[in-house]
Amino acid sequence: MKYVLVGSACLVLVLAFVFGSSYYKGQQAEKYGFMAQENAELFVRDHSPTRGSNDAKVFIVEFMDPACETCAAFAPFIKQIMAANPGKIKLVIRYAPFHDGADNFVKILEAARMQGRYWETLDVMFKTQGVWASHHNYQPQRLWGLLPRAGVNVEQIRKDMHDPAIAKIIEQDMADVKTLNVQKTPGYFVNGKPLQVFGYRQLQHLIQSELDAQYPK
Amino acid sequence: MSQFDQAAKINWTLLFLGWLLVSVSTTISLFFSSVLEYEPCVLCWYQRICLFPMIFILGAGLFPVFDKSVIKYALPLSIAGGLTAFYHTLLYAGIIPESIQPCSKGVSCTEKYIELFGFVSIPMLSFFAFSTIIVLLLVLKRRTSK
Repeated sequence: MKYVLVGSACLVLVLAFVFGSSYYKGQQAEKYGFMAQENAELFVRDHSPTRGSNDAKVFIVEFMDPACETCAAFAPFIKQIMAANPGKIKLVIRYAPFHDGADNFVKILEAARMQGRYWETLDVMFKTQGVWASHHNYQPQRLWGLLPRAGVNVEQIRKDMHDPAIAKIIEQDMADVKTLNVQKTPGYFVNGKPLQVFGYRQLQHLIQSELDAQYPK
Repeated sequence: MSQFDQAAKINWTLLFLGWLLVSVSTTISLFFSSVLEYEPCVLCWYQRICLFPMIFILGAGLFPVFDKSVIKYALPLSIAGGLTAFYHTLLYAGIIPESIQPCSKGVSCTEKYIELFGFVSIPMLSFFAFSTIIVLLLVLKRRTSK
């Protein structure tokens, strides 16, 4: 009797927790869906770098930080999914440099964009991340020597990265990070729907469900 | 049923209610942090350290029959948690001023997350839970020391 009582109390609490969280997640998904409809610029600002076809109907909005290890790990995965669905997916990069000093790398990246070498630079930064940002131990001096691999003029970047326009982009993105309640990087939204449980499989599932919805077979 | 059995049954039930309160509090606390993603501040962590183990301590005291030594083990935890919660509640209410803090990535202990009915805050809920446990344990102590 005692065991049954304590056991069922445990069960009720676990169930309440599980139902409570799934209810809350449903509510959140609805809220973000509404925000995506009413307030699309929260997700895609005019200044946001994008990749993929302009006719794509599936938008992956990624809140990232060039110094974040998981962001680097997800980059090839996103590339692969985009390659597997040509013309259907558009990737939007938003910045969420949470760690102190991480915004400097965003500035370097944005300065490279002025030279038209954005994606090349991001690629080099992700591939060499272990050298200059191992476990958030930032060593920008190590990055400078690696940047020429992206075909950029490093001296020009040193000058351009302090452009107030870049600081403004970061400021706007951080404001949207707050509104959208992004707390970790990478933070994904696919057509406004947040990735609620983090993982490769979960992200693939979310993207696939949007592909199926937008491109019925 | 003898008087002795009756008393033992009441003791068990009181401890069970205490265990239930601790379990509900833990579930709510975990719900706040992992589902609603409210980040716990330092003081919250101290209270959690006192709260979470009590599930197992009080739970172990329920089986196979009520064990009065549970009082000895659970009282220090609940008093430490209760004092922290009391301090936290005063800090939150602004009665004790928080010393000026440099900006950091952590959460301030006076960060407002929820306020039920306009005034019941998380530290207050915690203080309520700890003080109820303390009262329950003291009642049990009286009942068993006769």
